[in-house]
Amino acid sequence: MSSTILAEMPRADAKTAAGLGRRRRNADRLARAFAVLATLVALAFLASILITLLYLGVPGISLHLFTTITKAPGSQGGLANAIVGSIVQAGLGTLIGTPIGLMVGTYLAEYAGRTKLGTAVRFVSDILLSAPSILIGLFIYQMVVAPLGGFSGFAGALALAILVIPIVVRTTEDMLRLIPVSLREAAIALGAPRWKTIVFICYRAALDGLLTGVLLAVARVAGETAPLLFTSLGNSDYSGLGSAMASLPVTIYQYAASAFDDWVQLAWTGALLITIGVLAINIVARFVVRRR
Amino acid sequence: MFSALAHAAGLLVLVLLGTIIVLLFVGGLPAFRAFGAGFLTSSAWNPVTNHFGALVSVYGTVVSSILALIMAVPLAFGVAFFLTELAPGWMRRPVGTAIELLAAVPSIIYGMWGFFVLAPLIGTTIKPWLASTLGHVPVIGDVFRAIPGDSSIFTAALVLAVMITPFIAATMRDVFLTVPVIFKESAFGLGCTPWEVVWSVVLPTTRASVIGGIMLGLGRALGETMAVTFVIGNTNRINPSIFAPGNTIASLVALEFPEAESGSLQLSSLLALGFILFVISFIVLAISRMLLPQRGRV
Repeated sequence: MSSTILAEMPRADAKTAAGLGRRRRNADRLARAFAVLATLVALAFLASILITLLYLGVPGISLHLFTTITKAPGSQGGLANAIVGSIVQAGLGTLIGTPIGLMVGTYLAEYAGRTKLGTAVRFVSDILLSAPSILIGLFIYQMVVAPLGGFSGFAGALALAILVIPIVVRTTEDMLRLIPVSLREAAIALGAPRWKTIVFICYRAALDGLLTGVLLAVARVAGETAPLLFTSLGNSDYSGLGSAMASLPVTIYQYAASAFDDWVQLAWTGALLITIGVLAINIVARFVVRRR
Repeated sequence: MFSALAHAAGLLVLVLLGTIIVLLFVGGLPAFRAFGAGFLTSSAWNPVTNHFGALVSVYGTVVSSILALIMAVPLAFGVAFFLTELAPGWMRRPVGTAIELLAAVPSIIYGMWGFFVLAPLIGTTIKPWLASTLGHVPVIGDVFRAIPGDSSIFTAALVLAVMITPFIAATMRDVFLTVPVIFKESAFGLGCTPWEVVWSVVLPTTRASVIGGIMLGLGRALGETMAVTFVIGNTNRINPSIFAPGNTIASLVALEFPEAESGSLQLSSLLALGFILFVISFIVLAISRMLLPQRGRV
């Protein structure tokens, strides 16, 4: 059939038509090949990072790592104080940031609507979400560290809390917006005041989503280094919140660039621990959402 | 009561951003006073003679981020094209998740990986190749001239590209999926190939959001600290070659702030740099937000 059509066409036109079709097909093939290649390259990066971490990090894993504090090079130190410091600071940061973020998200979803103040708060929260984290460290240095005259684990936790807030704001607002209006109307029709509707109906219905937001926030701040450099600084021993405090990312940063083999080994093992932790929390967060 | 609490929390966020800007500016004020507008145009950074300028680190920040975008945008577009049009259904979720996990890897891990794996690889592959081809072209040859050492602006840009690709790809995928199916089916019905559908229908429909996603990636790249500090070489000198070491605002602050004495002009200059970085990021992120589809309009 097609050959008869081609035969009836003037010769030059048929040639152009066939050429055009070939060109379009080739362009399509080229673009598809590029898309597959791009995806493979991106996946290869992830694979390369994970393989590097496993290859260089696994040899350093031992019980010793979790029970011994950081020590001078050559004297069999572990990462215990850094791990504890990270958990304390990320935990406290999440504890401070989550209620604030939750309230801001509630304000945006339930009260603000399209008011000017609501638009401004949403805009600022989005800016904070992507603002360079090192600037949050500078801010807390100016606000807390310099006036109080010293680095502290508390200052580190505050810096992390500021990073937690916009993440929780966004998931809270998004999740509350998914709750059908009819659910709210039913509660209000039964005579429930607005705050009861929000806390006992909306929060409960959106619980999985809210939890995801908190988990993603924990995963984000657990690996943050820059905001801790000028706030909690680091410590070679266990310490309270009032004094400089060690953290896993900052310890890794200090050890990775050092000239001592055992410190570099600790850095890689610490990097492996952080990455596994962060990726695991991310995957769990995804399952929490999908369960709905 | 609850309503008042929610309103107060909203206001708190506004106050927070305001305080951040004011404190950075006030901290940088002595430097702005001492150097005036010359702070922006001076390439000096000398703690001994107390001469400080922002030119080199601003140059490094902008050049490394733009280079990163040049590499990341095509890659991210390819990934988004694959995930929305080409991948079979069963593949979309796991591959999409893997790309999102790439975005979740902490930046310090990117720094270590970049330093130990990527930087040596560049030194033996991309650098000699670019230097021996484009390096001989008149005028632009200097840009690709090989310079010894694995740490360079190009290395930093490549690490940044790997970091922001998943962000841009995820945004592109999400906005590609908002294109009404009827648009695409109409194009397919006219005999368009998948590539023509994406290039002539999907991309023009989502252009604003795609640029918004790219700006979001740029915002991330500009302020990235740990990954860059590991691989950029930390030299306060402008060299036309992208294979020369340099620094960025964030890397300079991360490196020198812990050593700067409180009350010194150096500390103030670093805070002034922080203020400049905040202004740049703010503008980029504000543009990004204007272009991306907004929440709360439904």
